[in-house]
Amino acid sequence: MLILTCPYCGVACDETELSPGGEAHLKRFGPGSSDEEFETYLFHRENPKGVHFERWRHAYGCGKWFHAARHTMTLEVFGTYPAQVYEPPEDIKAAITAKVPGWSWRDFS
Amino acid sequence: MSEPVNALGGARFDGIVQVTEVAPQGMITVRGDLGAGAMEKAVMKAAGLPIPAKTSVVMKGDHAVLWMSPDELMVVLPHGDAPAAVAAMTAALKSEHALVVDVSDARAVFALEGEGPALRETLAKLSPADMRSAALPVGVVRRTRLAQVPAAFWFANDTEARLICFRSVASYVFGILSHAATPGSEVGHFS
Repeated sequence: MLILTCPYCGVACDETELSPGGEAHLKRFGPGSSDEEFETYLFHRENPKGVHFERWRHAYGCGKWFHAARHTMTLEVFGTYPAQVYEPPEDIKAAITAKVPGWSWRDFS
Repeated sequence: MSEPVNALGGARFDGIVQVTEVAPQGMITVRGDLGAGAMEKAVMKAAGLPIPAKTSVVMKGDHAVLWMSPDELMVVLPHGDAPAAVAAMTAALKSEHALVVDVSDARAVFALEGEGPALRETLAKLSPADMRSAALPVGVVRRTRLAQVPAAFWFANDTEARLICFRSVASYVFGILSHAATPGSEVGHFS
């Protein structure tokens, strides 16, 4: 069972209290973009065995969206952080580096 | 003025805890910037209580203010006082980006009374929330899932918990609470 702490209300939420929102930090390509960009935005997703960044919504609680950094194999949660960011905050990156030296995910490392 | 009617007519179940549907309550949902001075004044005027700290509840007599999310409060007051309080709060928050809605008739409220361990056990059978008293002390609101539906509950003291759910699922919630409180179903995990 996955337990994530909502960064807004500080409640330790069980997985079943949350709605999964898929991969985090996607950049939207809408009208005016090329077919390749739109295809990448719409369909291409990471499927790592290791460090992964996801979006979750505290659906049964405060209703806010947030980000979570976790390990897909060990299920270890490195941290959660608010949704209003373009990339993971430094403390989250540092927490991951401490556990998984040399990690990388899309453009982040 | 029409008579307020309970969803279940004040249903009651006596088991390892007593589950009672409480008389109609006034419930007002307030959304907006909780840090704004106007919000503090509006809530103080309507309920006579300050804005509670994150995830907590403040209570005095039949009034309470519940922290529901970083931008949402629920004000609990006598049923008849709700319409006037909504009007007063709407006026007080006129200059703010805020929303005040009377949800009294859209929610059902249950009181659970019994020994602390039995009380925590009954709720723990239905919810994934950490029910240990260190994780959920008296006066902390927990919005969570109760079997298949959303609910919010808090411990008013060591022997009473209050639970709010949608009125449309009141009979379902009463059913699962009664089932979880069936005599002989004690687990003894918290005792």
